[in-house]
Amino acid sequence: MSDDHTSHVDAHTGTTTTGHEWDGIRELNTPLPKWWLTILYGTMVWALLYVIAYPAIPLWQSFTKGVLGWSSRGAVNDDIAALHSLRAPMVAKLASASLSDIEKDPLMRAFAIAEGKAAFGNNCAPCHGAGAGGSKGYPNLNDDDWLWGGTLEQISTTITHGIRSTDPDAHAGNMPAFGRDGILKADEISIVADYVRSLSGLETEKGADLKKGAKVFADNCAPCHGDQGKGNMELGAPNLTDAIWLYGPEKATIVEGLTYGRGGVMPAWKDRLEATTIKALTVYVHTLGGGQ
Amino acid sequence: MSVKQQQSKEAALEESGVESPLYAARAKIYPQSVHGRFRQIKWAILIVTLGIYYFLPFIRWDRGPDEPSQAVLVDLAHRRFYFFFIEIWPQEFYYITGLLIIAAFALFLMNAVAGRLWCGYLCPQTVWTDLFMLVERWIEGDRRERMLKAQQSLTVEIFAEKLLKHSTWLFIAWWTGGAWVLYFADAPTLVMQLITFHGEPVAYIWIAILTFTTYFLAGHMREQVCTYMCPWPRIQAALTDEWALNVTYRYDRGEPRGSLKKGEALRSTGETAGDCIDCYQCVHVCPTGVDIRDGLQIDCIQCGLCIDACDTVMERVGRPTGLIGYDTEMNVQRRLQGLASLPARIIRARTLLYTVLIVGVGSFMLYTLLTRSELGVSVLHDRNPLFVRMSDGSIRNGFTIRVTNKAATSRDFHLAVQGIDGGQIDSPPLPHDENGRVIINVGTDQTAEVRVLVTVPKDLAQHLADHDDHAGQDKSIDIKFRLSDPDTRSYVAASDHFFTP
Repeated sequence: MSDDHTSHVDAHTGTTTTGHEWDGIRELNTPLPKWWLTILYGTMVWALLYVIAYPAIPLWQSFTKGVLGWSSRGAVNDDIAALHSLRAPMVAKLASASLSDIEKDPLMRAFAIAEGKAAFGNNCAPCHGAGAGGSKGYPNLNDDDWLWGGTLEQISTTITHGIRSTDPDAHAGNMPAFGRDGILKADEISIVADYVRSLSGLETEKGADLKKGAKVFADNCAPCHGDQGKGNMELGAPNLTDAIWLYGPEKATIVEGLTYGRGGVMPAWKDRLEATTIKALTVYVHTLGGGQ
Repeated sequence: MSVKQQQSKEAALEESGVESPLYAARAKIYPQSVHGRFRQIKWAILIVTLGIYYFLPFIRWDRGPDEPSQAVLVDLAHRRFYFFFIEIWPQEFYYITGLLIIAAFALFLMNAVAGRLWCGYLCPQTVWTDLFMLVERWIEGDRRERMLKAQQSLTVEIFAEKLLKHSTWLFIAWWTGGAWVLYFADAPTLVMQLITFHGEPVAYIWIAILTFTTYFLAGHMREQVCTYMCPWPRIQAALTDEWALNVTYRYDRGEPRGSLKKGEALRSTGETAGDCIDCYQCVHVCPTGVDIRDGLQIDCIQCGLCIDACDTVMERVGRPTGLIGYDTEMNVQRRLQGLASLPARIIRARTLLYTVLIVGVGSFMLYTLLTRSELGVSVLHDRNPLFVRMSDGSIRNGFTIRVTNKAATSRDFHLAVQGIDGGQIDSPPLPHDENGRVIINVGTDQTAEVRVLVTVPKDLAQHLADHDDHAGQDKSIDIKFRLSDPDTRSYVAASDHFFTP
């Protein structure tokens, strides 16, 4: 190989060669295009400026922050703040309006339902289901049967303070464990269970002594569930005469409830959600179809 | 240098035993100005098409107080496309499909009639390049001057000319981008916003993009777009046939080519001489730098300028014009064999088929546009829960219903449920009419979404559940929502299901 790579010019292309030669084949000295090099150097400069401006290099327990002070968490906070300020006028309107006014005004109603739906998905859906359909022990909020009342105010109170929660204003009142605590004997429980099924027209076991069941019911159940078994919203005692069963209408399930008691818990949301969010949730739940 | 010339050069190099380079740099083309019939046609088309493009957004069209008054408007924010009396909603995008089908067949038809009419006269790349070349010619002079200046070292004068040329190009490109964004917003308002720097950033970004593409494609890329980037030349070459008129060098008349003097000398001795005097005018005026005398080639856009150039020369040398003209290869061959050329056959199976398809698709679109329903309804059943048991044992299903009102007035629609006797339909707080149908008001040219509850009494629900045909599967009944407009007596319906336990 010779070093005079500038002196040799390839006859065919008119390009100089690098001086590298193998078996008479010379390598053309074709430099990279200028535009290509410019972009290459440009990216280097860009990378350098980027490292200076933005968070870039990981350190032992931290990282270089960059002179612009940008951070992805800060960017998210900015976006959330922008969203809050965008919603601020409607949120303020919601805060000052009464629940019934919110439901009457089409714009506020639509806003509350949209916000309520999102809040429901985040907070309530784990127990009540995404469409508020409920499941065993967790009430379906679409129907017209309400343990603690289905008016706007009652729903709002339930969400705010919860049921059997740690909140002092929470709804309280348990279904006692008649069997476990020895208040009722097994045969009495069986017979009152049949009687309860008969209240909503369900089949009872052959030969069940419903009169005796009625007596047991009057002595033990009526104080909460009422003489007719219509329930009592003050105590959260369910209406036993309708078609809706929180735990199920099977006799075994009723016996289980009578034996071990019932007492589902709903948390108080007043410390977890903002007041306007609770308002929106209330309107959303109320408009699902069963609101009173 | 045309592709063909490049290829022939490579072939020659290979024959002589030298390997050709892998890559050939673009030979810059300096098209010469030309006068004549086709140049006139091209100027006229340029003025008309650019005039439409730049000024169409300013044409007003009254649609009523709540509607935009711009004749042609793509309203992305409200998801509407307005074209004079036509208004298209996003779900009617298939009209665009129809337009594309018509466009494709129109392209095929043009090709079957007279080759690359689109490329030569109508394509935006051709039109804008033509305009940019005009600017170049005005500022830097014609072909010879430009070639001379390209070889000279940079003087103040040449630099000033270059600066003026590129600024004018950029101005035209900027105006092109500016006109583009006017199709997406109210043009007079947007113009004021842009002038006072109050426009949306997206408007400026699109202006910048269109400025760049116009400047780059029409100023710098030019014929390379047609030769290397555009797929149409390839498709066109496959679609052409022996009856399609093309810009053709009539070599039966032109060959053997030679200088004017040589030709006259030959003719005076009674020998044959071609009409082509090898003056290269056809090559010099060509915007893509091809030699039409090489025959049909992929980089020839068939703009007809070589016809003008050749006719001018033929007139000057006293030979008949039309040495280059719209003709078919078949006729050239026939004349070479001493046969009379056949008259152009524009009406033939192929062109008829294309015309029928264009007219068919076009009239079908027009028919559906004129008779389309101005109301619409779509239904979505609640996914969770599928059904709700009420305390009295009745069963209820929830639905989300979207009602569409395409009319230019606000209307009260009546929504009823069918296929389920005794089913009650509610959508609180909306009112009912005397037949128990829900009344839904939808504003002008809008849609409304309502949650609808259908309830069936206990006995009926039990009956339905007991007599279900698909036992073991989901227990459901087919139902229909019927949306009617009592004023126009028109209605639409949508099917769904009612689920029971």
